[in-house]
Amino acid sequence: MAEVTFDAVTKRYGDVTAVDRLEMAIPDGELLVLLGPSGCGKTTALRMVAGLEELSEGDITIGNRVVNDVDPKERDVAMVFQSYALYPHLTVAKNVEFPLRQRGMDKAEREKRVLEVARTLGLDDLLDRKPAQLSGGQRQRVALARAIVRDPQVFLMDEPLSNLDATLRVQTRADIVALQHRLGTTTIYVTHDQVEAMTMGNRIAVMDRGVLQQVAPPQDLYDRPANTFVAAFLGSPGMNLLDGELDGTSVRVAGGSIELAEAVPGRDVGASPVTVGVRPEHLRLDAAGTVAATVRLVEMLGAETHVICRLEDGAQLVVRQEAVVERPALGANVRVAVESQSVHVFGADGTRLEGSTR
Amino acid sequence: MTVAVSAGAGREAPAAPRHRSLRSRKKREAALAYLFILPALLIFSVFVFYPFLRNFKLALYENPPYPNLPSHYVGLHQAATVLSSSAFLQSLLSTILFVLMVVPTGLFLGLALAVAAHRKLQGIAIYRVIFSSTVVSSVAVAALVFGTLMNPVVGLLPWLGINPTPSILQNPTWALPAVALMTVWQFLGLSFIIMSAGLQSVPDDLLEAARIDGASAWTRFWRITVPMLSPTLFFGVVVGTIYAFQSFGQIDILIGPSNAAGVHANVLIYYIYESLQIDNNAGQAAVLSIVLFVITLSLTLVQMRYLERRVTYAR
Amino acid sequence: MHADATALAPTSRHSAATEAASRRDRRHRRIRKVISYLLLSVGAVVILFPIYIAIVNSLLAPSQIAHQPPPFFPTHPMWSTYPTAWNEGHLGLYLRNSAIMTAIIVVGQVVTAILAAYAFAFLSFPFRKTLFIVFLSTLMIPFEVTLITNLDTVTRLGWYNTFQGLTVPFLATGFGTFLLRQSFLQIPKDLSEAATLDGYGHWRFMTRVAVPLARPAVAAVAVFSFLASWNNYLWPLVVTGDNNNVRTVQIGLKLLANTEVQNINVTLAGTIIAIVPLVILLLVFQKQLVRGLTAGAVK
Repeated sequence: MAEVTFDAVTKRYGDVTAVDRLEMAIPDGELLVLLGPSGCGKTTALRMVAGLEELSEGDITIGNRVVNDVDPKERDVAMVFQSYALYPHLTVAKNVEFPLRQRGMDKAEREKRVLEVARTLGLDDLLDRKPAQLSGGQRQRVALARAIVRDPQVFLMDEPLSNLDATLRVQTRADIVALQHRLGTTTIYVTHDQVEAMTMGNRIAVMDRGVLQQVAPPQDLYDRPANTFVAAFLGSPGMNLLDGELDGTSVRVAGGSIELAEAVPGRDVGASPVTVGVRPEHLRLDAAGTVAATVRLVEMLGAETHVICRLEDGAQLVVRQEAVVERPALGANVRVAVESQSVHVFGADGTRLEGSTR
Repeated sequence: MTVAVSAGAGREAPAAPRHRSLRSRKKREAALAYLFILPALLIFSVFVFYPFLRNFKLALYENPPYPNLPSHYVGLHQAATVLSSSAFLQSLLSTILFVLMVVPTGLFLGLALAVAAHRKLQGIAIYRVIFSSTVVSSVAVAALVFGTLMNPVVGLLPWLGINPTPSILQNPTWALPAVALMTVWQFLGLSFIIMSAGLQSVPDDLLEAARIDGASAWTRFWRITVPMLSPTLFFGVVVGTIYAFQSFGQIDILIGPSNAAGVHANVLIYYIYESLQIDNNAGQAAVLSIVLFVITLSLTLVQMRYLERRVTYAR
Repeated sequence: MHADATALAPTSRHSAATEAASRRDRRHRRIRKVISYLLLSVGAVVILFPIYIAIVNSLLAPSQIAHQPPPFFPTHPMWSTYPTAWNEGHLGLYLRNSAIMTAIIVVGQVVTAILAAYAFAFLSFPFRKTLFIVFLSTLMIPFEVTLITNLDTVTRLGWYNTFQGLTVPFLATGFGTFLLRQSFLQIPKDLSEAATLDGYGHWRFMTRVAVPLARPAVAAVAVFSFLASWNNYLWPLVVTGDNNNVRTVQIGLKLLANTEVQNINVTLAGTIIAIVPLVILLLVFQKQLVRGLTAGAVK
């Protein structure tokens, strides 16, 4: 059990900065999800904790110990790889036992541990099989078993569910959360899938182009995104972002204006360019709405309908409504009403202007 | 975002002095790598590179006609003498003739057998084992077996009415073709294996598509199989040529040092052996070795270009 | 296939005609099959004929060897040629020597090739590329080219007429190193990283994971090296001289032929004896053999 901290951690490959001055502390027992698009540096960050990549600058500590120069094997971390990295020539039992053989544990004790872990993960009947004889889900569980059998200080998981089909992914997601909760082992979980991040993490760290954008519990991240990147990345469909001009408690956008519940502190005098963000569920088609738009496309998803509109300057606006609400015709001119309690305002540099919501 | 490094008396305190810097870890890895490479590199240095390079020096020195006398420096004179001698030209000609007799025949027969065995029939595995079997026959075995077949006293040849004078292996016209025949037989197994592997890499659906289009077996073979097989054929030519170049034992056993030159079977490699072991002429042997190397090198370079293409596919 | 399908549906109007056609098709196929077997058998006979004649002649009494017409079947087999060849040709001793020499070379080549290939595939170090090219370049230097000096070196080391002399020059293989490196490179990087995290150093990862996973390639290298060294003729000829205790079976066969010119039957008996170990090898390791020999030809 241990806390993991990143202190100004930087990783460069030649001219490319993969991770840029990452600052983060992951308290003991937390499940932290590192979320971001591919190439954002999340896997590099994870591999630096494992010791598979060297740091260019900064420090990583595990349980108060700076591990920058510590051999991977002495860091006491276990990793679950995206490919599972099972040894094809070894049985499930041998695969799970593999990490224990280097730890001077006697055979009886090793077998006991393997059996325990196998039982926990429902692998007891598969112990004599080789990886090639297992289904994807079973392989995934063997990879998990191999990680937990060592009882390490930290679990590192690199997109462990991306090779599973959708149904299995939902099930395994819950299983991993339950397992982590029971074991209480600090876990860093890398994914590009926001649903995985939202459902699994105690907190989520969003990264983009090597830079940490925001660390927060899932709901906070959703409700109070720190910048336009986080705002757009989370949610499906993502937050509508419109260019506008802030003037007091209203933002002028193409085709109308959006009212705020209260003025943005420090920006209450004079007009300033901003980006205004509204999630699709906080929009509604309403004759009394304040923004004029044209319907371009209507997507029906069963329980809900997405109405994709275009403003007069060409910007896109997605409105999410219940399926039972009447569908507008394509090409219809409509008006969109905005819930003023749920409007996010971002400055010209994309960062959130504090106090803009609630 | 505070970093809790300061609170010293932590749980992991004893581990602190075990720091090994990354640089030393990299150094250790490099040291291990050199240690792993060392045995092979040592062998190569002593038994491949050094003797190879020494040829260039030896070629510049002439050996006296009697052993144990010092050799003396003659520069390129020796090389010029050897390379313009009729014995060398005869040897080169014999080598080329030998390659031309062995390689096309061996490859064609190997391909014919591979095509015949490339179908699903009961018991085909047995035929495959038989066809590839000569690959394990050593040169001494093959030479002794064919020595019997070509022996003028043993009943077979007289019975067939083939009985030239002097006898086949003593005959300047027939000795080299006879050795080539034996070499083809010995090469057939390897040729069959190479061609079979090549045939297996020709996609069945191509042939099936052609079949549906109404192409005859003959057309399918020449228009699809052979073009698809061209890399294999090419590989076979290179391997076969090197194989033929290295034919030594059959000449030593079937013909022997006293006769080889006389019956025009004195191929390059045998000439090297004779120069060294019979004539004690290391200088001449070195010159000939360099010639052999240059020929092999050009062949290998051609092969490398092909290999390179293959390797880029793989990685 | 089509023919069979229509034959199963004789109720159609053209049943009589189609049935006749299908019968004709079936007959054609049978004829083609017979032709195939005929061709295959001709090939097999041609290939095996020399060996068959050798076996027949090995069992003939000296008086029958030059008989006309030549006997194609040993009517009164003279089995004593085999013990004679074994004893007079010292074949037991020579086979033992060949086995020792081959075992040393195979083990040596496999070990040095695994080590070097592992370094080239998994370790990073200065001059890796250059050194790999150095290894590959040995493929371009035929052994015969190094003969003069190697004989010299071995003599100077006092290894003339010894197993060291027979084997040491062959204890490394550029081809085998290349083959094994290719095979090691196929192993996913995740596996070596997982092993690193599990506390496995390079030595253990090599012996417990990399080599077991590359077993087919290791077997191919071993079989290839077995064949090459067992059948090597030139080097044992020049380096063993007159010492019976290190002479290999290939050279032994040559001597058997030279000393017993009149007794072709005994020579051939010796030859057949010498084939046996390799026939066994062929039957047991056919797959590895084919893989080793075609490693350069097909992906």
